Amino acid sequence: MHKADKKRVVVIGGGAAGLEAAGQLARAGCIVTLLEKESETGGHVKNWYHLFPDIRNSDEVLKYLVRQADHGNITVRTGVTAGSLEKNGKSVIVKTSRGERIISDAVVLATGFDLFDSRRKEEYGYDIYHNVISSADLEVMFREGSVKRHDGEIPQRIGFVHCVGSRDSKVNNLYCSKLCCVTAVKQAMEIKKHIENARVYCFYMDMRMGGALYEELYKESQESYGIVYIRGKVSEVSDNIDSRLIVKVEDTLAGRPLRMELDMLVLMAGMEMSESGMRLAESSDLQTAENRFFAPADHHFGSNRSNMDGVFYAGTCTAPMNITDTISHARAVVADVTDYFRNINA
Amino acid sequence: MEGFGFSVLKERHINYDANDKSIAEYIAEREPSFRTCIECGCCSATCTTGAFTNFSLRELQILLKRGENEIAREQISKCMLCGKCILVCPRGVNTRNVILLAREAFRKLMKNEV
Amino acid sequence: MKFDPFVIPFNIGLFFILIYAVVRSIIWFRALSRPDKLRLQRGFFGRPFGQSLKEIFLESLIHRKIFKTNFLLGYMHMSLAFGWFLLILFGTIEADIFGDSHLNPPYKAIFFKYFNPVHGMTGIEAAYSFLMDLILAFILSGLLLAVIKRFYSRVVGMRKTTKLKTLDRIALTSLWMIFPSRLLAESFTSGAYGSGSFLTGSLGSSLASFLPAIEMAYPFWWLYSISLGTFFILLPLTRYMHIPTELFLIFARNSGIRTGDQPGAFMEMQIYSCSSCGICIDACQLNFSAGITNIQSAYLMKGLRNAEDVRDIASNCLMCGRCDIKCPVGIELTPVRMIARRSGDSEAGSKNGIWKKYFPERHPVAPEKQSHEPAYGWLPEAKVPKADVLYYAGCMTHLTPAVKNAMVKILDASGVNYDFIDRDGGVCCGRPLMLAGQDREARELINYNSQLIWKSGATTLVTSCPICYKVFRESYYLNVEVLHHTQFIRRLILKGSIRLSFLRKKVSYHTPSELGRRSGIYDDPKLVLMHVARFQKTGFDDENSLCCGGSLGNTRISHDQKNKIALDAVHELTKADPDILATACPLCKKTFAGVSDTPVADIAEIVAEALSLPVPPAGRKGKKILKHRETANID
Repeated sequence: MHKADKKRVVVIGGGAAGLEAAGQLARAGCIVTLLEKESETGGHVKNWYHLFPDIRNSDEVLKYLVRQADHGNITVRTGVTAGSLEKNGKSVIVKTSRGERIISDAVVLATGFDLFDSRRKEEYGYDIYHNVISSADLEVMFREGSVKRHDGEIPQRIGFVHCVGSRDSKVNNLYCSKLCCVTAVKQAMEIKKHIENARVYCFYMDMRMGGALYEELYKESQESYGIVYIRGKVSEVSDNIDSRLIVKVEDTLAGRPLRMELDMLVLMAGMEMSESGMRLAESSDLQTAENRFFAPADHHFGSNRSNMDGVFYAGTCTAPMNITDTISHARAVVADVTDYFRNINA
Repeated sequence: MEGFGFSVLKERHINYDANDKSIAEYIAEREPSFRTCIECGCCSATCTTGAFTNFSLRELQILLKRGENEIAREQISKCMLCGKCILVCPRGVNTRNVILLAREAFRKLMKNEV
Repeated sequence: MKFDPFVIPFNIGLFFILIYAVVRSIIWFRALSRPDKLRLQRGFFGRPFGQSLKEIFLESLIHRKIFKTNFLLGYMHMSLAFGWFLLILFGTIEADIFGDSHLNPPYKAIFFKYFNPVHGMTGIEAAYSFLMDLILAFILSGLLLAVIKRFYSRVVGMRKTTKLKTLDRIALTSLWMIFPSRLLAESFTSGAYGSGSFLTGSLGSSLASFLPAIEMAYPFWWLYSISLGTFFILLPLTRYMHIPTELFLIFARNSGIRTGDQPGAFMEMQIYSCSSCGICIDACQLNFSAGITNIQSAYLMKGLRNAEDVRDIASNCLMCGRCDIKCPVGIELTPVRMIARRSGDSEAGSKNGIWKKYFPERHPVAPEKQSHEPAYGWLPEAKVPKADVLYYAGCMTHLTPAVKNAMVKILDASGVNYDFIDRDGGVCCGRPLMLAGQDREARELINYNSQLIWKSGATTLVTSCPICYKVFRESYYLNVEVLHHTQFIRRLILKGSIRLSFLRKKVSYHTPSELGRRSGIYDDPKLVLMHVARFQKTGFDDENSLCCGGSLGNTRISHDQKNKIALDAVHELTKADPDILATACPLCKKTFAGVSDTPVADIAEIVAEALSLPVPPAGRKGKKILKHRETANID
């Protein structure tokens, strides 16, 4: 008999990582309970419109993920939050928000990330000026098919601020969120698709185009879309009487301060360890790194393992990742889980 | 033959090996955060002095680090120490102390008030 | 007249210190400015004299303020100071009444037992001996505490105690020797003659039972005299100089002399009045939040006393003023520190030569360096707005646009004729330069801004930043009224210019140091808050408020250290679980917002929110509601 057969696994989090991990575990013979705190699964993916680098519709990915988790061995339970984990001999007990105690042989944490709350960078004026929006807000506009200012006007000059809540020790996030650069490139291009004559500016500190086809996308955005890249971190935003936004930035390559009037400003909010993940870490003594994400047992060959036997990680609860990496990481957790079952049975 | 053909235009180059980087070292030793600048330009963007003059804190720091002290020396007294730059710096560089230390270093090492 | 050679060390010490005290007093008096001299003269023959006597009794002898902060520490200081005073007082009376002559030289009182060994056997004499023993026991109990404190500071409730230098250590040892050697000398003598009361008598008789008492007594009398003599001679070089200096300081202060911003005799008096009690160390957030333990005011005073290079110490301070409030001697610590910051690069004062040590250079701080060229010649020609009320947001407020927007909303609603000085950012107010000790440069900015304000014809200047507020009020020569926005808002409410609804929110208020302790504005912000929300006390209110950690006063600490201070402060301030942590300073707001889970907002924002809600039914005038709310909404 296969070692993972009929083992009970609880997957916490029903986003990309949780759905993929649940699907793979079920195919390996495990009996999976998937807990999702919201009323439906899908996580952040369902809020997104198009995905980089190939501008495919996120619905296709979502459909795939939901199909993955559509399996006889998987029970999906939505509206349930995991409160804490507790070891009891070889099994792990998951206490839920509803007061249940789910006994399992292993737990996979796929608690994901939260988007940085842009209000914490007050100088950028999110929630103060109407036309300062976040990258997530823009994605919603794309989905609704209309990119408009608060007063209903079509914005002609749009700026993107990179690294909002990332690489910023003033909000205690020293790390790079990895995806904002390429997301900005993608969104800048999409703006041009929505508003033909728009002028789009990206304010960046470094263009971190490390993923497959990212650099190509970057070049395309310059060549075919005319996106203007200005190297400098925006220091503050104010508005004028016509409710146009004025950004202050240094064009560090020209070595001169630059002021620009814009109709709309998009803040590329970074990724942070999720609230729910942090609560679990605290209640269950799971180790977190300095960046507050879960600290994997080993950075090279144990990125899915935690400091607690029988508890595993999948996806962005350990570090910022794109969807491709998240799905790979979720698949990899299955190898660690089955390995674990083999060892405890031996 | 003298003056014939290509030659490197000296003024164009930062002569990194020959330049005196003691001012930067003096600052970095006492204010280690000086080393952590990533040249984002936030300080220069928010700077009031920078809005009126060609003062740029970011540029000033990189010039000192490259030993281009003379250019930096001309600029350094313009700072009003208001501290806006400290608040916006994503790396937590203690910019006010950098300025104070730079002035001190010029005074002490170069025997030259800024 | 009775005499013994062992009294010589004591006599040398005593006469030395008396002469020294007179000479030093004259030097200090002569160094005072003319107005200060007049103040002191007037004070000496007026009411301040009585006040000073009272204060000397309460503070220098009883140490009332230390008692308030820390009972054991207060007891320790009181038993040594007041006890010693009583011992001298009653000792002199004893020598006068029971000795064989009146008008004795001082040593007769001090060594009374040696010269009158059989005194105190019966009747009134015995009772008096009992009293003297009681006083000695009182001092010894304090001494015991002092010894324990030196090795385990926590016993007396102090987290940290000051570190010593060699001369202090010798002086301290001689001080510690004085009373035990007196105890043993008196005990042996009493033992030999069968005199002495409950302490010296019983200790004496038990010692005499197995030791040759008379032979043993004599060396201890020598030791007693040498300890006293050594202590007196070293006193001017050590922190114990605070004992005589404090008396002088109290007179000077009660006569109305203040530190100001120049080094001088009064500053020197203050420096020498510091007893290194360590209360400032415990009050300092750099100590208890950031673990920086060598820059507190006690160390600054010590460094200045010893003519050391104190620039590092002077710069590493939040300038929050918590130690000023807590200092039991009432030294103006922050003004002294400001003067120390202003000193140029001059190296530490001369350290060699014993004479120099007793009579150090008059100014332990080098005078301000004079420079020639203006630093800010680039300041632009600015367009001057014409308005009744000028609003100066301040540099920091431009990084908290929510505060700026709230103020615009309030100003618009109030209907006053106003304009910005710095809508798109303005020239700094000058205080950050002053805090860094660069007054001359600051003056250039002050002159520039003053001209703008003069030309505007405004009658009121409102600012959102307490840092600007302080400098506008104190260092600008303006014919306008300067108001912090909390004061301005309170006036608008009182005048009925704005009507506010009541927010059902619990609010705790953080008093910014620059607005509170450094400018004395405590009530206006609280009264405004009480008017619009449920006000909660924090345990760190008013004078006892904390520093947010973001202070521009400190140029040395790192971002992480600032965060530690901010985290601790937020933790304390949000203990009552408020919905909003309110403050009245953009810098405090920004610093707290970085670390706080509770939303942080400026009072202006809270008021602007109350403005946007429907106003209370007409007929209820602002004033009445204010009165009612100010009293009703304190939790």
